[in-house]
Amino acid sequence: MLSRRELLLWFVALTASGLLRDSEAAPRDAKKLLEKLTGGTEQRKGGVTITLPAVTDQARHVPMRVSVDSPMTEDDYVKAIHVVAERNPTPAIASFHLSPANGKAEISTRIRLIKTQIVIAAAEMSDGSVRIGKARCKITGGAGACG
Amino acid sequence: MRNPIHVKVPQTAVKNEVVHLMTKLHHPMESGWRKTLDGQAVPRALAGWFECLFNGHEVFRADLESGTASDPYLSFHVRVAHSGVFRFVWIGEDSNSIEKQARIEVS
Repeated sequence: MLSRRELLLWFVALTASGLLRDSEAAPRDAKKLLEKLTGGTEQRKGGVTITLPAVTDQARHVPMRVSVDSPMTEDDYVKAIHVVAERNPTPAIASFHLSPANGKAEISTRIRLIKTQIVIAAAEMSDGSVRIGKARCKITGGAGACG
Repeated sequence: MRNPIHVKVPQTAVKNEVVHLMTKLHHPMESGWRKTLDGQAVPRALAGWFECLFNGHEVFRADLESGTASDPYLSFHVRVAHSGVFRFVWIGEDSNSIEKQARIEVS
């Protein structure tokens, strides 16, 4: 069993050596992943709403709702929603595939966030355009979603 | 063992109503981020895919990655035109799949 002092020393050493920092993705990784998922289409802001708690201490189970402004008819619907996190160890969260059969472009789920960060959702529309929305969630206390 | 899938589907609906469906799977969703005390990485083991079929046609699909919480929960909407059976299928990255069905009467 590690004593508290040993644990503290380990933590300081790990932080100093950059090991802890390297374990998380940078926002550019999230951006790259999102470009890959949406096939490099130009992303426009607006029309996508992510609802996250402003502050939470339950980093392992953060409730998230994504809704997209769309009539969800045969001519105009949302094909897919991709969600990524900017500072998790791996940025991918989930992709949801929708069709006019859904009638409403709104999904909710629960996600892991290792620390305070921005979550991005990109909606692929049936006309080929891509819309994005962002939300920030502050994680307080605890060891994030990794422990 | 009892079925680890929970589903919530309304029993009845009006024709062309948009119904709200919810499902949850009892699963650890090991992200591959964690390490044990001796520094070994805990291998990733996710329930990576979810499909919802209505009378055999896919109406919703989700690809879940490490950022999804354990005991994954999903809620989504489906427009129902006639009575039928919803199949909720969860597929693990080890290719094991598990499913549950629920019937809806549309008047």
